[in-house]
Amino acid sequence: MVKNPRWIVYSLIFIALLFIPRILSIHDLMLFEYGITFAIVGLGFNLLLGYTGLLSFGHGAYFATGAYTVAMIAKYLPQAYSLEILIPAALFFSLVLSIIFGFVCVRHTKIFFSILTLSLSMLLFALLFKLYHLTGGSDGLRVPLPTMFGMSFKGIRRPEFLSGTYYYFLLGMFSVSFLVMKGIVSSPFGKALQAVRDNEVRAELIGIRVRRYRLYAFIISGMFVGLGGALWTFVNGHVTADLSHWVFSGEIVYMTLLGGFGIFEGPIVGAIIFTYLKLYAMGNTQYWMFVIGGTLIVLVLLLPNGIAGAFAGLWTKIKK
Amino acid sequence: MLTIDNLKKHFGSVKAVDHVNLEIKEGEIVSIIGTNGAGKTTLVNLISGYIKPDSGRILFLDKDITYAPPYVRIKLGVGRSFQLIQLFSNSTVLDNVRIALFSKYGMIRRGLLPADRYSSVTDEAIKILDSFSMSDKKNLTPKGLSEGDLKILDIAIAFALKSKLLLLDEPTSGVATNDKFKVMDSIVKAIKKEGISTLIIEHDMDIVSGYSDRVIVMHEGKVIAEGKPNEVMENKEVKATVFGIVS
Repeated sequence: MVKNPRWIVYSLIFIALLFIPRILSIHDLMLFEYGITFAIVGLGFNLLLGYTGLLSFGHGAYFATGAYTVAMIAKYLPQAYSLEILIPAALFFSLVLSIIFGFVCVRHTKIFFSILTLSLSMLLFALLFKLYHLTGGSDGLRVPLPTMFGMSFKGIRRPEFLSGTYYYFLLGMFSVSFLVMKGIVSSPFGKALQAVRDNEVRAELIGIRVRRYRLYAFIISGMFVGLGGALWTFVNGHVTADLSHWVFSGEIVYMTLLGGFGIFEGPIVGAIIFTYLKLYAMGNTQYWMFVIGGTLIVLVLLLPNGIAGAFAGLWTKIKK
Repeated sequence: MLTIDNLKKHFGSVKAVDHVNLEIKEGEIVSIIGTNGAGKTTLVNLISGYIKPDSGRILFLDKDITYAPPYVRIKLGVGRSFQLIQLFSNSTVLDNVRIALFSKYGMIRRGLLPADRYSSVTDEAIKILDSFSMSDKKNLTPKGLSEGDLKILDIAIAFALKSKLLLLDEPTSGVATNDKFKVMDSIVKAIKKEGISTLIIEHDMDIVSGYSDRVIVMHEGKVIAEGKPNEVMENKEVKATVFGIVS
């Protein structure tokens, strides 16, 4: 591990990240925290897109599952409202939902897979939107600050919570997610997923049960996205049904393409850049969607491998 | 080792495989010849489980595998290569073979340790590539290989599955004439070393007579002749249907 210069870079970045709360203003730190939660989402999403070759337009559903698990526990089971319960609960419910949805979706590939994922996420959206007695409907639900290993944050304002303990908790969760996903994609299991992506017929005829492995990838991906959703709620403080809308799922696709789905670090880079891009575009023009759309066109035409992919390509050229 | 009993597969009015019976013994190299559309590839697809028959039976090592899914056949020891090469195009030559080994050993569920940590599997993959004289290309992706090397890699993957029966669908098609014997030499050397039974679909008669213990001739879905290569070549019906020679 240490012999690989890539791990030295990862370690240096991790050390730098420890000092981020001292460098950034609270506003920029919050944005960065949004970026980190989306980076976890991107890692999960890319297991399906980049490593298994399946494009989902419905991953907002698992994000919403993670987020609503937190919000519903806050509302209906406040005595269990602590991070050490909320995170496993979010993982559990996103596991359950991705097993159910995944079982249906992995029977198909390409556009049929994408449409199925989109439809199922919209089904969840409709439920979250219409069951307003339970879910708050279009108003959504408020997310208070949780307790953490017995520590209470009563009387503390959200910005203080986010710039203190929670940032390090988030960084820890991101680091674990990063290491776990890195392990998955380079493991024999990850190689099997890449085999399924590259040649389904051959994969089947070397003994890989293609559909089953697609389902495994779907479930792991859903759980990562659910985790991202749960962690995001504490930064945002509020959840709405829009999280399960296909537009939000499209944003997950967008940030992955922005960073580059052909490279492990791509979705992380994409998530951070997207968070800042969207906010600054929204802050500066009412035509912010034009900026996002224009960027996507430029990206597809000029940088099909995304920003991280372009840098990786450049680095390979320099080394040669 | 392999017994095919009255196997039938029709596609509408096309009788691709029509009540075929045949047997392959342990360590035997058998070639199937026939004109285009004779049903050779359909037969291999049926044996490998890629498609299912209408009726009949396929017995492998006395087990009925007629309707068994591909992964079960692979576990039992039926491996195949393809006429149109089927590789993992974004993986290295080494990984193409390693994935097959991981699958064979039931290790593809291992999801946390990097594949490189399983050094015994890597060593075995290199050994397999060595036996096909390809270990010097282990870090290339298939995009950087010649047609002949692609064919060999395709077969090396089937070989890595520790197949007891290898089905090779036109192993030299698309390979330059000069390289055909080189490709076959390296394949047959590895096969003989392990004593693997092999069923080869081939059009090139020099290759059929040079490397086969027995030849089976198919025409319009039926087996019309079988025997030693020189006997079959002299068969009048074979001459007429396969080579178009009427005496």
